Amino acid sequence: MAGGERAEVFSGFMVNAWVVATMVAVVGGAIGFFIVMRSSAFVAHAIPNGSFAGAAGATLVGANPLLGLAVFSLAGALGISLLGRRARHDVATALTLVFMLGLGSLFLSFRVEDAEAVYSLLFGEVLGIGSNQVWPTLALSLASLLALALLWRPLLLDSVLPGSARGSSRVRLELAFLVIVALATTMTVPVVGTALIFSLMVGPAAAARAFTVRPHVALALSVALAVVIVWIAIAWSYNTNWPIGFFVGALSASAFLIGRAWSVASRRLGGARHRAPAGELSP
Amino acid sequence: MDQPALDVASVTVQFGSRRVLDGVTFQLRRGEFTGLIGSNGAGKTTLLRVILGQQSPDQGTVTIAGGRHGAVGYVPQKFLLDPDMPLRGRDLVALGLDGHRLGLPRPSRQRRERVQAMLAAVGAERFADARVGRLSGGEQQRILIAHALISEPQLLLLDEPLANLDLRSAKEVVSLLAQIAREQRIAVLISAHEMNPLLPVMDRVVYLADGRAVSGTTDEVIRTDVLSHLYGHHVDVLRLHGRVVVVAGDIDDHHADHGVLEVD
Ligand SMILES: Nc1ncnc2c1ncn2[C@@H]1O[C@H](COP(=O)(O)OP(=O)(O)O)[C@@H](O)[C@H]1O
Ligand SMILES: [Mg+2]
Repeated sequence: MAGGERAEVFSGFMVNAWVVATMVAVVGGAIGFFIVMRSSAFVAHAIPNGSFAGAAGATLVGANPLLGLAVFSLAGALGISLLGRRARHDVATALTLVFMLGLGSLFLSFRVEDAEAVYSLLFGEVLGIGSNQVWPTLALSLASLLALALLWRPLLLDSVLPGSARGSSRVRLELAFLVIVALATTMTVPVVGTALIFSLMVGPAAAARAFTVRPHVALALSVALAVVIVWIAIAWSYNTNWPIGFFVGALSASAFLIGRAWSVASRRLGGARHRAPAGELSP
Repeated sequence: MDQPALDVASVTVQFGSRRVLDGVTFQLRRGEFTGLIGSNGAGKTTLLRVILGQQSPDQGTVTIAGGRHGAVGYVPQKFLLDPDMPLRGRDLVALGLDGHRLGLPRPSRQRRERVQAMLAAVGAERFADARVGRLSGGEQQRILIAHALISEPQLLLLDEPLANLDLRSAKEVVSLLAQIAREQRIAVLISAHEMNPLLPVMDRVVYLADGRAVSGTTDEVIRTDVLSHLYGHHVDVLRLHGRVVVVAGDIDDHHADHGVLEVD
């Protein structure tokens, strides 16, 4: 890489990209910890993809696509929460997703000529992030992180032993969590796109749990991995002109595979230490 | 004698046309170890859910000393701890102390020591720092008992805690629970479809069949006349080498599915 090129990666409008992408990675890695703990990867897939319809609807009525994203990801969270009280959670999530995707295809069919801008939300456009996105992203990041810190213990307990919280507080907790996912979706979609948020939220968090048995260390590791992945993805995307989403997806998957390999290897090598004592059979 | 730790009075629960619990009445006192015995589908889990306030009864009342459902420790019937979860037994016990609180936990020496003492009380110190989802069934059971006990409840409910354990672990868990009941003056209610592992330590028994219950000491309840009356048809209570076997007397009866209740 030539010296001039290197300077450019960190200069001018690129600074916005680095700042926004870093915040997105921090929030994605932190929420991802709970998404994996709660086995809600499907939710992390459904809310962003459904919110795409909101962006399409917003361009149709001439509103800011970000507003559409926010409204639809919140609506998706509410839909999953309401339906999930009566039906199985994965069924509720699927129904909500399918309904929103249907709306999206309807909106797009009305005004095909604007579709370009909407499609860019599918795979993200980190290199085109403007300075006007920095403050909203910062506000949404802080709100998401604060909410996660506030709910840390109840969410953890509910993820580990789903029966512990009493009925009503469990519903409220789940709703609060879905709203946090919706907030994170709104800020993340313009950067990595609806299709790849999922990998940023699930990959680093799933990889992190292989390396530690402590929950807060796993969370920190998940955040660190997400940040590193996004940084590398920006640099490579800048140099190759390939979509950043490709690198985020590929690196997240690699991190996860390395994590699996590590946990298999460490169990083979150090397994004897953790094995149950003689006479105590595992069921 | 002091106020009962738990007073269950005429509790009836109906699912559709089916009466799962029918006027169930009994009391538990602190320091007592009680077995809730009944075959599969007898309504044990439903009864525990009523006591916990997770299921409202169609009739009857549940009174817990101190008046709060929150003063109850609970170990659920089926728990599946994700084997890859980044969580130690120690963390899970700490969540029993303040897991419902908002905000990040403030680590303090006092909190650490309390968790450590609880781990020691259930004999879980040795594996408290391993990944909890990879512990054996008996080890996970001890961690969950510590999780339920650390908030110092007066009443501890366990739903079939012996179901997935081998005989030796089951014996260890039972004697641990009996010791906890005595030493910490807690009322312990433990459900089981097989009463024999509990016989040596059980102070009282609540026997459920067809939605109705009889309760009392083992000698008062596990008798041919009492259980025949409860089942509504003749059953024999046989004692063999210190074990109890309840056998339906008339196998042509429509209760033949209860054929042999207590043989494992
Ligand atoms: N929410 C429910 N709706 C309908 N039937 C139920 C419900 N919960 C339990 N039952 C029925 O009540 C009976 C008792 O169930 P349960 O209390 O789980 O028995 P046990 O724990 O003794 O095996 C079973 O026949 C079960 O099918
Ligand atoms: Mg049951």
